[in-house]
Amino acid sequence: MENNSDIETRKPPVATTGILGWCRQHLFSNWVNSFITLLVIYFLYQLIPWFLDWSVFSADFWTNYKGELIVDRTFCSRVADPEGDHGACWAIIIVRFYQFMYGFYPSEQVWRVNLTYFLLVVALLPLLIEKIPGRKHLIKFTIVFPIVAFILLYGGFGFQVIPTNKWGGLLVTLVLGVFGIAIAFPLGILLALGRRSQLPVISMFCTLFIEFIRGVPLITLLFFGMVMLPLFLPEGLNLDGLVRVLVAVTLFQAAYMAEVIRGGLQAIPRGQYEAAQSVGLSYWQMNRKIILPQAIRISIPSIVNTSIGLFKDTTLVIIIGLLDLLGIGRGALADATWMGLSNEVYVFVALVFFIFTFSMSRYSLYLEKKLKTGINMGAD
Amino acid sequence: MSDNSIISLQNVNKWFGDFQVLKDVNLEVKKKERIVVCGPSGSGKSTMIRCINRLEEHQEGKIVVDGIELTGNLKNIDSVRKEVGMVFQQFNLFPHLSVKENITLAPIWVKKMPKAEAEELAMKQLEIVKIPEQANKYPGQLSGGQQQRVAIARSLAMNPNIMLFDEPTSALDPEMIKEVLDVMVDLAEGGMTMIVVTHEMGFAKTVADRMVFMDEGKIVEEASPDKFFNNPESDRTKLFLSQILHQ
Repeated sequence: MENNSDIETRKPPVATTGILGWCRQHLFSNWVNSFITLLVIYFLYQLIPWFLDWSVFSADFWTNYKGELIVDRTFCSRVADPEGDHGACWAIIIVRFYQFMYGFYPSEQVWRVNLTYFLLVVALLPLLIEKIPGRKHLIKFTIVFPIVAFILLYGGFGFQVIPTNKWGGLLVTLVLGVFGIAIAFPLGILLALGRRSQLPVISMFCTLFIEFIRGVPLITLLFFGMVMLPLFLPEGLNLDGLVRVLVAVTLFQAAYMAEVIRGGLQAIPRGQYEAAQSVGLSYWQMNRKIILPQAIRISIPSIVNTSIGLFKDTTLVIIIGLLDLLGIGRGALADATWMGLSNEVYVFVALVFFIFTFSMSRYSLYLEKKLKTGINMGAD
Repeated sequence: MSDNSIISLQNVNKWFGDFQVLKDVNLEVKKKERIVVCGPSGSGKSTMIRCINRLEEHQEGKIVVDGIELTGNLKNIDSVRKEVGMVFQQFNLFPHLSVKENITLAPIWVKKMPKAEAEELAMKQLEIVKIPEQANKYPGQLSGGQQQRVAIARSLAMNPNIMLFDEPTSALDPEMIKEVLDVMVDLAEGGMTMIVVTHEMGFAKTVADRMVFMDEGKIVEEASPDKFFNNPESDRTKLFLSQILHQ
């Protein structure tokens, strides 16, 4: 290797770049890889056209194949004409769409739910977009949003009270999911710090709490909230059913969140604590400014993972009689006028859940990317 | 404790489990004095200086810093930490904050300094350590030598009376050691009270008022640099010096 400086930089060989190069490298690098690629292509070829045909091209929406408006299951093309080649009958979703979204919330008051959904988006904006103008003021709104949402949804302050047994569908799913995650997150941080505390009483209490809650299935906690919690409360004080479930879901989520964040805390080198202490930061300043920002950054994938888990676990409330999205779906199927359309209902419910969980997962990827560019560039 | 001591360690003992790391350590440091501590690894030199700002707790004896005794009293610990700056072997910069934010953090939160004033102060400190142009970068984008100089600036921003250096150049590439030592020499010439744990004997000879040699948790020898390097008393010191000076 004499005269290194004389060697010019060349472009890479053609076969390793471009679409062709990519395909060769990733799809057909050897015969096992090629075989799997072909197999997958075959299955996709079988599956996608069939599903599109079933769900869109041959499906009924408002009317059936004869052009009649569908009012019950007998009008569905695939029920009325079993010999024919008909797809899904989405009329069950369309007819019951209101229930799927709001449960039995009175329709003249439903603008309150819609307004809450809109405000939820506003409250999420400063968390989603860092460079939004007026972020500081929006954050203030995000913090008071739960109270605003409660008043809007439940009532009081001049609004008609809508008892929670009228709530249902996506509304219940979102209330449990959003409130559960939003309350569990700070609670989880406190529990994680508590478990690592130098003070034995606090550390023992937090450890016991986390271990107990984690050691019990969520269903058990839900039953506990529903059946046993009222026994412990003083006579006359009757907590709302949804609140009791929310407490159970939140505590459950907080315990998991605490362990996830504790994992992040353990990854922070001791030197960070020492540097923070040596410049004179107090315990809370150190955690707020130095330790937690780094620990939470590391744990974002796991935090989102447990949050998605919780969001889906809210469907368990069906067991204690709350009608969330899935519960409304099962209710629709139990109705004689729509019996037998379970495919449509479950596909729809799955799709709604997927939209929410997939957005959460994308958001976590976006966060990871954004934070990676912020720190640890270059060296290390 | 003599009257003009700013740091005083009296019969300090410390154990890690059953292992005794500090054995009856006595050390008096006067104001503006520069002490260089050396000794083989595991001799307790880092532990000793970490006791001075209570990153480690001593179990027996008495440590007084600027008239404040270090006990379990959290208020005392806080006041001592405001007096004492520390620079670590591994820099320990905050990786999620920019260089400027690393420096302004403590003045803003501990001293409640207005942000603009703190930023001005940070730029002044960065001038002192000769890297003002790096203010808006993140620690991960800097070389080791630059990171260590930021760490020094971060400590200086709290305007400490005493600076502790725990092997500040041991994690650096040879090329970068000089830039950090230069900053430390400037600091010494400016009259800062310093305790430096280091094996940079050239630095020790030019800067130190007094050398402290430790082995197995004890202070074996304390002497002026001249006497320490040319005419050490104990055989252990002679052995140590022959090993590090004639590699």
